[in-house]
This record gives sequence, structure tokens and C-alpha cells, in this order.
Amino acid sequence: MRLHITKTPKCYVGGSFIRSEGGRVAPLCDAKGTFFANIPLCTRKDLRNAVEAAAKAGPNWAGRSAYNRGQILYRLAEMLEARTPEMTEAILIGGGSRAKANREVVASIDRIVHYAGWTDKFPALLGSVNPVASSHFNFTVTEPMGIIGIIAPDDVPLLGLVSLVLPAITGGNSVVTLASNKQPYPAILLGEMLATSDLPGGVVNLLTGQRDELIPTFASHAHLRGVTAVADLVERQALQNGAADSVKRLKLIAVEDPMDWYSESAQGLYEIRDHLELKTTWHPIGG
Amino acid sequence: MRNSLGLRSLIEEIGGVDQVGIDERVAKYATRSIKKHAKVFGLKLATTMVDLTTLEGKDTPGKVASLCQKALRPHDDSDIPPTAAVCVYPAMVKHAAKLLKGTSVKIASVATAFPSGQSSLKIRLAEVRAAVSDGADEIDMVINRGAFLAGELARVQDEISAVLEACGEATLKVILETSELETYDNIRAASFLAMRVLRPGDFIKTSTGKTSANATLGNNQVMLEAIRDHFLATGVEIAMKPAGGIRTAKEALHFLVAVKETLGDAWLNQDRYRFGASALLNDLVRQMVKEKTGVYQAPYTFSESTTAY
Amino acid sequence: MHSPKRTARPVARELLFGNLWEYDAAPESSPAFIDASYGLFIGGKWVAPKTRKTFYSISPRNEEKLSEIALAGAADVDAAYQAAAKAFPAWSKLPGSERAKYLFRIARLLQDRAREFAVAETLDGGKPIKESRDFDLPMAAAHFFYHAGWADKLNYVTPGRVLEPLGVVGQVIPWNFPLLMLAWKLAPALATGNTVVIKPAETTSITALKFASILQDAGLPPGVINIVTGAGDTGAAVVNHPLAAKIAFTGSTAVGKSIQRALAGTGKRLTLELGGKAANIVFEDAPIDQAVEGIINGIFFNQGHVCCAGSRLLVQESIANQVLSKLKIRMKSLRTGDPLDKNTDVGAINSRAQLDRIHELVASGVAEGAELYQPVCELPHKGFYFPPTLFSKVSQSHRIARDEIFGPVLSILTFRTPEEAIEKANNTHYGLSAGVWTDKGSLILKMSNELKAGVVWANSYNKFDPSSPFGGYKESGFGREGGKQGLLDYAKLKATF
Repeated sequence: MRLHITKTPKCYVGGSFIRSEGGRVAPLCDAKGTFFANIPLCTRKDLRNAVEAAAKAGPNWAGRSAYNRGQILYRLAEMLEARTPEMTEAILIGGGSRAKANREVVASIDRIVHYAGWTDKFPALLGSVNPVASSHFNFTVTEPMGIIGIIAPDDVPLLGLVSLVLPAITGGNSVVTLASNKQPYPAILLGEMLATSDLPGGVVNLLTGQRDELIPTFASHAHLRGVTAVADLVERQALQNGAADSVKRLKLIAVEDPMDWYSESAQGLYEIRDHLELKTTWHPIGG
Repeated sequence: MRNSLGLRSLIEEIGGVDQVGIDERVAKYATRSIKKHAKVFGLKLATTMVDLTTLEGKDTPGKVASLCQKALRPHDDSDIPPTAAVCVYPAMVKHAAKLLKGTSVKIASVATAFPSGQSSLKIRLAEVRAAVSDGADEIDMVINRGAFLAGELARVQDEISAVLEACGEATLKVILETSELETYDNIRAASFLAMRVLRPGDFIKTSTGKTSANATLGNNQVMLEAIRDHFLATGVEIAMKPAGGIRTAKEALHFLVAVKETLGDAWLNQDRYRFGASALLNDLVRQMVKEKTGVYQAPYTFSESTTAY
Repeated sequence: MHSPKRTARPVARELLFGNLWEYDAAPESSPAFIDASYGLFIGGKWVAPKTRKTFYSISPRNEEKLSEIALAGAADVDAAYQAAAKAFPAWSKLPGSERAKYLFRIARLLQDRAREFAVAETLDGGKPIKESRDFDLPMAAAHFFYHAGWADKLNYVTPGRVLEPLGVVGQVIPWNFPLLMLAWKLAPALATGNTVVIKPAETTSITALKFASILQDAGLPPGVINIVTGAGDTGAAVVNHPLAAKIAFTGSTAVGKSIQRALAGTGKRLTLELGGKAANIVFEDAPIDQAVEGIINGIFFNQGHVCCAGSRLLVQESIANQVLSKLKIRMKSLRTGDPLDKNTDVGAINSRAQLDRIHELVASGVAEGAELYQPVCELPHKGFYFPPTLFSKVSQSHRIARDEIFGPVLSILTFRTPEEAIEKANNTHYGLSAGVWTDKGSLILKMSNELKAGVVWANSYNKFDPSSPFGGYKESGFGREGGKQGLLDYAKLKATF
């Protein structure tokens, strides 16, 4: 019998697969307690590097046509669909039934497809031409905020993460994401799918690590223009305190409030809007 | 093609004008509050700047004569000064000259196939010479708008030069007929075309008064700014005359505010600024009498009033 | 007879803006009807402050006392919140069409008494009467009128979701546009069905307090709007009250940050409209005179007490001298002085403290080597005044190019290419607004795309409208005021499926 080759889990940053710069890992065991793999414990420096990568990738991503971004997101759904069994296994490491794991993968794929169709529509719904009283043409358009930090929930490790990342990148932002603490492996696998999805490297950066170690840096890093997090009260306080220094936009989902990630209300236009700025331009009308 | 390029490159050289911006600027002039002494001073100043005008087919020597009397003595009150000039058709110049020669009131004559200018250059120049020899101190000419809009800028300018020569010592006022140039960019360009051949003290003027749109604070402002820019670049002081449509003392004061705040004190006199108007004079007089007596006046009590009701 | 004027004078080509025709003083004579003292407006009634403390509001135009204002303490703020909470159920359940009628009424009553309010605004805040009369008051009324129309149309705002009110909203507003900021805050909050506790700035409480009488005349149910007056401590009590579902703040970035910290972990919503250091960018093909006018309006409007003031002028190098000399000419005809005079263009600085700050920053500009220009003008002996000021030879690192001065002080920098202009314009932690002047349409749209600012004025500056969303990027805050977008900051979204 052949000994199978195990995969070394790596984080996906700037389009490359990296180990933590601190060299620390945490063992990941399956539901039965059997060792599965070592997961990188990213540090604040890894987070910093990921922000740099996101900053590098952001302008190009934001500048692509909405149609192009839509196709790339759809391609991501294709990649995930093709590897549904593999992703289902990844979720099963955290326990639960196969049917439930499969349901989460399918819902995640559908969520990605949902957002793939939004890229060329949300600007028309969220922007406006404003009927000002003076002789000016006045219009409001949406723009991406920039780099968004995302802190994913521990449960529903794939669907939760996808539900937070997709609206941000649909809007043209680049993201730095901290995956589920308890079940990081689906995020590791998602990184491999992102790498083959035509999504430019650096648009989505996926880190694994300890929440308490990284949240202070998510809060204080001034280059992160927004943070979206599923967090407990202490974490929310830390994020809000740190965010004040750079007037960062926060979207905080209380972990103690029940959240149905499968619901249609967990997706849509207003999730995209949460990661956008509005810009209003005035121009005179005259000869 | 080459010709319209000429207009475009001229506008590029002198800079364009934003219409909404100009209109916003001049709206602020109308919010200036001119009270008490400043009001009396402004009304008097405006009176001294009036080119009291009659340009009608039905004008007669008699009508011109009474206009000249009005210009010399707008009201019984001798505190009210004479106007700058009377402005008449060439055929009326000699009748005006009988009353005005030797007085402070000048004789201005429209010429050059006013108001359309649609006659040969030769005839237009002959008209100018005739008016000057009949005694006109000032000639109000119209530019060739057709040539301007067709981009024949050199022709427009050459014609102005030719009229200038025909004027001799007489002051020239170049009417742009702003309503036919339509855009502020064109008005600014035409102002520069004229100013570049004019002598210090010659005028640029908005309109003939014979089209639907006449002097406005907007086109006045565009031309004042052109005069300012030309002065700062060359040192040549060109004078300005808005004409037509200014009927009330209040409007005239708004125009003077524009002069004060754009060109400053050196243009606040009849050598540098005029109003081409007829009804305006009586409203100025009426307001001055009101300031003196404190009583609002009925318009028909003033001589030459056309208001009967 | 024509010979004297036929010779071009070889003198220096300078325009003389002298006193040949000096405007006489034209003081606005309408009465402001300011009471000798004001209490707190809580639950539809005037109440004495439980602190038993008061403070005086003085007029910056001559430092005279205008009125004695109640100082609200924590207990007073609590009473205001209780009143607002009590009013909330009925107000929020009122049909939108009925809420609209109250707002329409308020707009109309404000128009009726516009002159009186304008005079009060000028006396209390120091802004020129022509601005309070022609801008602040009409715009405040327009905000109520605009938002009134939204109250029964909220179902059209967010497809797939319905807007629901948040509850009691706490609002803290600044002193630069006292009544207008009040209107910006109250109108959308009321239209969406919230009730409000609002605190005006301590130096400019009077028009807010006068506004209470309009609420009474409009028959607005008691407690829907509660007005508490005081300084920073009162503001902190408004921000920290547990009944507040949301805080809306307009003011300095420093205070905004402290509010964001104070709300950590409370779950209260927050919108911030903070400071700015806007770039006004002039390209060589711009309509220069209108650009100059826009620059003047951009920095000297309201003495520069404007968060979106165009305080950094970026001029393309090829026209820098021309623009500078035209600015100097234009500044000569600006009239600085008594704000109550109808011909005053630049009025009084709002407070002694603000005047001191302007003096300090201008001194730093001189010390750092920038070149200062101020037109000759005689300032009143009493009151707080500062002449229109222009700094040339300024670099990006100078404090006057980086710090928000909030006064009539303009810094001029130059650039060569659009890229350089964008870099310089975006090189700030602020991002509220920007101006672009060029004749080239495609360049305007490119600049508008690249500028990190919530409002971009092309060939214009300092334009506002209730239908036009206003608010910043980066450290200029978050949230929008005005337009359909502004409504969402006063509502929660409920799924319709």
C-alpha cells in the first residue's frame, strides 16, 4: 500500500502561497481528534504584507470593467463547482454530516454566482442623477472604499467567508481576510481555487491565525479603509476603538445574534453598498 | 475650416468663459446695497454716462432738438448734470450739432449701415465720413457678424481699422451685437479682435438695441474682463458701453457696481463707461428727485417721458 | 480735444480699487427677535436646566452679549432622551404622508421668518448677512421641503428592502452653519420616522432655539425634537446616552474620532462629517476668471469656516502667475467687516478661540517661508476679524498646506501634469471635497474618478443642494447627508421577503 502525500496548508497572499513569516503553525485535527495538518499562524507582519499586496492589486481590480469583474467572479464559481467533492471533504474535517457540508458548498457557489451578476448592476441602482436647483449636472456614483479587512465567522467556515468577501470584491475592493479559527481548512482550499479563477493575485488575500493576535492590527492598520467582522463584544470594542484613529468604516455582525447565512437576506445589493463610497460630481450646464 | 480654426485658436489664446460662472458672478452685483450718499453719487454718475439715444425711422429734427435739450438739462434741478452725449442716426447729426456744439454734450452717430451692417464697406465708410463731417464727435459702428461667425476674423478686424481711419479724431464705439454672437466665448473673442486695433479711449459696445436681447450684466461682465485683461497686457485703456435694455436706475447701478469691482475707479467716468439708453435717463432723474424730496414720483411728470399711464 | 486720452499711459498697469464711489454702510435693519434668555426645549416645552447653570452667547461682530443660554447637564440630556423615546412609537407609526405634512409646514414657516432668522444667524455666528439671507436660510428651508417629500416614499428608496426608523437619534452640530446643519440633520431623521435629541454648538445656539418656536407653531408632537444646549460635556452626554440608537456628528476630525471610540461596543450607529483640506485644481485651459471666482468663493465663503473649503489651490505651473495676480485683484474688491452690513463679503470669525487658531497657523506659514498677501482693509476695532489671506510659495509639507485652518486663508501650490495634481490632491488624510477647473470634459471625468473625495465640483465650487449627497472619504468621515443616499443613514433595512 502506498503512503499518500499530505498537503502543506499555505495561506494565499498576493497571488502566492505563503507560510507565516513567524514560522508558527497550529495543528488541525479532524472531528475525531486525528491530526490532519499544520495550519499557519499568521502574524501582524503577515497581515501587513497582505495589506500591501491588496493595495498593489486594488487599483487594477477597481479599474476593470464591470463586465470583466462579473466574468471573473463567475469563473470562481466554476472552479468551486468542479471541486465540490473536495471542498465538501474540507468542511467535513470540522464534523457534521456530509449532506450539511455539501449544502454549504452549494450555497457558497450560488452566492458567488449571485454576486457575479451584480457587478454591472449595482452602480445603476446605488448611484443617481440628482435634480439640483442650480444650473448644474449633478450625479452620484459609487466607488470602492479600498482595502477591506474581513474577519470570518467560526461556524459555516466557507459560506460565512464567501458571504463577506464576495460583496466587498464585487464592489471593486481588495480584501484581507482572516479565516475561521476553528475550521481554517476550507479557506486554505478556497485560496487554491482563487488562484485558478482569473482573479488577479492580491484582490483576495486569505490568512489563517489567532483572532486575538490579529484583531488589534485589523483595527489599527490605517490603510485598511473598512473592516467587516463577525465578532464578539470584546472584539467589537477593540475594532471600534482602533478604527477611530483612522475613521475606518466598520460593519460589525454580533456573533451572539443568530445569523442565517443561507438566507437570501444574507446577500444582495446592500451588502455591496456597505463597502462603497459615494462620490458626487457637479458640472455647470451652459454654452 | 481654416477660418474656424482661427476663432478657435483665438479663444484658446485669450481663454474661454464659463457661462454659469459668469452668471453667478454678476448675480452678486445685484445684491450690493447702494444707499444714501452712495446712491446719489451713483445716480449722478450714471446720468453723466448716458448716451441719450433715439434711433427710429420716425425721428425728426424736432424730436432730436428736444432730445438735445433733455441731454443738456435733464431736469429743472440744476444739481442734475447733463448726459455724456446724444446718439442719433447720421441724417440727424447736423440738427443735433446746431444745439450741442460748444457744450459738454457730445454728438454720437451710429453709422456703417446700422443696425445690420449689411452694406458694402465703401458705403459704410462713406457714411462714417459724412457723419464726422456733419459734426459727430463719436461714431458707433457695427461689426460684420456674418464674417465673424464664418471665422473671417482678419476681415472683421480690417473693417474696424478702416472705420477707425475714417473716424479721424472722432471716438469709435464698436458694437459687437452680442445677441448675434450668442456665446460668451464669442463675445470675449470679438472684444479682443476690436480692442487690438482700437486706440485708448475708444469703446466696445454690446448691442444695437435692435435685436431681442441687449445689454445684460453677463455680457457686460465678459467685456469688462476682456478690457481688464487687455489693459493689464498692453496698458491700453479701452472704454465700455452697454446699450439697450437698461431702463431703470437700479439696473444702471448694478452695471456700475460691475465696473467698480472689475475695472476699478479709473473706469468710473464718462470717458471710460457709457450707457446707451433712452428711458433710463428719466428713471435716474426720478430717483434723484425722490432722494432729494423723499417723495416717490410719477413717471409722466418728467419731460420726454413716454409713459402716459 | 481727444488728444490727452489718445496716448497710452506708460505707467504701471495697475487697477485702482479706491474709494471714488464708496458704498455707504447698509446695515440690515430687520429685527432678530432674540430672547434675553433661553431654556432647554424638551418634550415640546421650555424647561429650566437642572444644572441651574447658564452661559452667554456673544456676537463675534462686536463681542456683545446676545442671550443667556441654559447649560444642559447629564440629567437634562437624559430628560431629553426620555421625551424623545416617549414620542418615538407614535411618531414612527404615523403614516409617512402625515409626517411629510409636518416637514412641509416647518419648511414654510422657516421661509416665512427667513429674514428674522438670517439676522439672528449673522448676529450670533458672524457670517455676512448676504450669506445667511441668500444661502443658509433658503437652503435650510429647502432641506425640509425636500425631505418632506421622501417621508411617504421610503418604499421606493431601497429595492428589495424597506426602510425602518432607528429610534432616538442623537445629533451634535457645529457652529459654521448653525441652522443649516440643524436642517441637514433633522430633516432626514424626521422623514424616516426617528425622534431626535440635538445639540447645537455652544457659540451658535440661538437659531436652533428660535427654531423651537417654529416646531411649536407647526404643531409637531412633543418630544419628536428636543434641543439641548451646552458645550463639550453636554455633547458627550448626548453621545453617550444609552437610549441613542444612532449618533450623527458634524465637526472636527479629532472630536469625531473620540466619538467613534466612545461608541465602541455600544452597537449605536454612527455617521461622521468631519474636516477637510480640499484641493481646488486649476488647469491651464480653465476659464480663468470663473476659476478665480470659484477659488475666492471656495475659500472666503463664510470666512473659510467651511469643512469643504478649497483651502489648497493647485495651479498648473504655466498659469500660476496669471492666476495669482488675478486673485490679488479680486481680493481687493472683497469687503471685510461688519457681517450685518449687506455689502460685507467676509464677516466675523466665529469666536476668539478660532481667531487665535487662525493667527497661529498663519504665523506658522510665515515662519515656514511661505509668501503672505493680504489686501489693505480696515477691520472693525471690536469683534473678531481676520483679513482674506493668500499664501504663495507653499509646499506640501508646510503646516498651512496640511492642517485644516478653518479660516479665510488660501495656500497656493503648483503642479505640471494631471498625475501630479492627483497625487498632491490625494496626499492628505482628509477626503471631503475637491474642485477641478478645465475646459476639457474628459479630463474633468478622469480627475473626478481619481480624486479621493466625496464631492467633486467641476468648474464650480461650494455648491450644495438637498438632493445632492454630501460627505467624505477617509478621515473626513462616513455617511452621506442629502439625496436618496442620505436617507439610508437614518434607517435600518428590512428584507421584504
